[in-house]
Amino acid sequence: MQHPVASLPTILLIAAIMFVCGAVCMATKRNAVGILIGAELVLNASNLNFVAFAYLTPFGIDGQVFALFGIVLPAAEAAIALAIILNFYNNHMTVDVDRATELKD
Amino acid sequence: MGITHPSWPVSLYVAAWLLPLASFVVLVIGGRRWGRVGGWIALGAITGSFLISAYGFWLYAHEASGLFAPRAAHHEAAAHAGGAGSEAAAPDAGAAVHAEPAALVWRDSLPWIQIGKLSIRIGFLVDNLSATMFLMVTFVASLIHLYSYGYMHEELHEPVHDPRAVPPGQPPLHRRGRFTRFFSYMSLFCFSMLGLVIADNIFMVFMFWELVGICSYLLIGFYYERPSAAVAANKAFITNRVGDAGMIVGLMILWTTLGTFNFDEIAAKLHAPDPQLTGALLTVAGIAIFAGCVGKSAQFPLHVWLPDAMEGPTPVSALIHAATMVAAGVYLVGRFYFLFSPTALLVIAYTGGITLFMAGSIALVMTDIKRVLAYSTVSQLGYMMLGLGVGGWAAGLFHLLTHACFKALLFLGSGSVIHGTGTQEMPQMGGLFRKMPITAITMLIGVLAISGIPWFSGYYSKDAIIAQAMFFYQEHPEHILLFVLPVVGAAITAFYMFRLFFLTFTGKPRDHQVYEHAHESPPVMWIPLVALAIPSMIAGYGEPPFIERALTYRVPVPLAHPAPGVHEAAGLIALGVVVFGILMSVLFYYARLLSAAEMARQFPRLHQFLIHKWRFDDLYEAVLVRPVLVLSAACRRFDAGVIDRLVDGAARAVVGVSRWDGWFDFRVIDGAVNVVGDWVYAIGYQLRRAQTGRLRQYVMFLVAASLGLVALFWSLGVTGVSRLIIR
Repeated sequence: MQHPVASLPTILLIAAIMFVCGAVCMATKRNAVGILIGAELVLNASNLNFVAFAYLTPFGIDGQVFALFGIVLPAAEAAIALAIILNFYNNHMTVDVDRATELKD
Repeated sequence: MGITHPSWPVSLYVAAWLLPLASFVVLVIGGRRWGRVGGWIALGAITGSFLISAYGFWLYAHEASGLFAPRAAHHEAAAHAGGAGSEAAAPDAGAAVHAEPAALVWRDSLPWIQIGKLSIRIGFLVDNLSATMFLMVTFVASLIHLYSYGYMHEELHEPVHDPRAVPPGQPPLHRRGRFTRFFSYMSLFCFSMLGLVIADNIFMVFMFWELVGICSYLLIGFYYERPSAAVAANKAFITNRVGDAGMIVGLMILWTTLGTFNFDEIAAKLHAPDPQLTGALLTVAGIAIFAGCVGKSAQFPLHVWLPDAMEGPTPVSALIHAATMVAAGVYLVGRFYFLFSPTALLVIAYTGGITLFMAGSIALVMTDIKRVLAYSTVSQLGYMMLGLGVGGWAAGLFHLLTHACFKALLFLGSGSVIHGTGTQEMPQMGGLFRKMPITAITMLIGVLAISGIPWFSGYYSKDAIIAQAMFFYQEHPEHILLFVLPVVGAAITAFYMFRLFFLTFTGKPRDHQVYEHAHESPPVMWIPLVALAIPSMIAGYGEPPFIERALTYRVPVPLAHPAPGVHEAAGLIALGVVVFGILMSVLFYYARLLSAAEMARQFPRLHQFLIHKWRFDDLYEAVLVRPVLVLSAACRRFDAGVIDRLVDGAARAVVGVSRWDGWFDFRVIDGAVNVVGDWVYAIGYQLRRAQTGRLRQYVMFLVAASLGLVALFWSLGVTGVSRLIIR
């Protein structure tokens, strides 16, 4: 078994930084596309965690399969999200999420 | 028991029976649209019946060869030998029956009702009695139909004025004519009456019995807008129900003891060596059946309906309430003669005797021409019953047939007078002989016939009854009343019939308006009068009278023939009292040597008693009608005071409870539901505030919540978390 390139805590640290960056991005950006990017950062941080923990499992593969799902599903999600954003833009000539208040009342 | 022949003559009679029914159906379907043609349809149907039945009678006489031949010598001898006494008569009569072939009987039947042991067949029986009756009914009915065509003519005009339907002083009622309806009822009546005559079982007789009762009801109430007519129709119907209740009892006794309704089978079972119906029960059965006849034939004490029934049109009075329907009771007694025990026959005889005297005495003082005739009918029916009761089977039925002719004639004559003068009150008439000679002469023939003058039919039939009564009296001297009553009745009959004739047709006109208005009736009305006058004269001819011979030819009914001397003696006595009655009538009403008003002043009590019809109506009013009214008033009070109050109280309680329930529903149930709803709304409203719709805020919530969870897990430690999850 090869010695790991990076130790587990290092990877967890990197993932945590990515997660926080993504979360802050989602919380602060008013641009819908920016929020989408933040969401991708958060998801990929979790993917990184899956891969990092994978070697602890008996076959060392469970986490990697989860990571694959974690890549494929956001792709579909991004397609839908972009479609929503495009429609929103078509109707309101903006992608500012703070302007999307019509469903509120 | 007779010889059974091929049934085709029965089919002939059935066709004659169904013709009036066909006419009824056609008239009911067509209704008013037939107009005057409706009268021709009914007349054609009943005339067809008459022609068929005349052919049938000819066929019958032909087949029972010797029916009209002179009586066979040995039969004569047997009859004379039998005259010595009824005990001796029975074996002799039996020997005569055995010596000759039995009476000719045509019968046919088909199954109708089959329930368990009960088996009822539609059966027809044509023997001497029914063939003769059938001929008489169709003959009289045909003439009366023809007469009605003239008499009811004003029903064709639209609208008909009926001044008697409203209180005096008001304008007359206007209504639509009911010409076709009249003839449809008449057709239905003829069908029912003919069915009654040719039925071979008492069950069918009872059915048609009720059917003729219904027709009588409908025709008495023909002018139903007149209150008196409506009341009279109800009275006739209800009084008949009283008698019919007795008849039903009789039917039940016959059914439970003998198990059959067929006349022949009942006769066979009664004459069997060991009959199942004997003694007191047989007497009760006979009297119960006779009770029905009392109602239908208006005998004492159920006679009260017949005089009131004169509210119907006069042809109805002639056909139903003189010639045919009221004779049905007598006919049934004759048909069922073998059922009656000596006690039952005695009851019949006394009923007839009382009836004939009572009705005759009331007829003395009546002033309404139709009422005189009605009481005379009741009286003559009493004669028939008395004749049957004292053993004169042939005499009673002979009188039935002659009476049908001359009483129909008298009624039609009175109808002609009413038609011509417009009044029924004899004190307003007088001197009408010159105005309406044909009516007067034909009515005189009827009066002579009913009074019992020789060479007129009534003499021979009434003489037969009186001879029979005299013979019975000689046998049983304790029953002298049964001989005295018909003799006195004969004088009374002659008196009041001539009174009617004198008051109507002779003397000076008492009411000039009526006299000026009077005119002879059209030919359509006087032709039937002439046609009925002929049999009223000749129906008693023959030695022995050919009607009596047609009735008794080879009949196995035990006939007790009075000795020849009795006949002559009875004839002389009857003639004597009749002449006395006529003389009295001449003194009072023609020569005016005596005054009836003076007599009334002399005997005010008696006069009032007769004027009030022996106070029968008052008696029934006091004994039956008043208590029923009092009882119903009490019931009404109970109904209003107790039942209604209970119902009202229950309703009020229900309303109170419902009101409280409504309040509870509104306040408590609805309130609880509303409170829950309000809570849900309030909570939802509060929670709604969290939904700001700002995505970035949501993200912040998410992050904060995640951090919160992590902090929670941290504080619990790893074991705490796993324990939390596992639980």
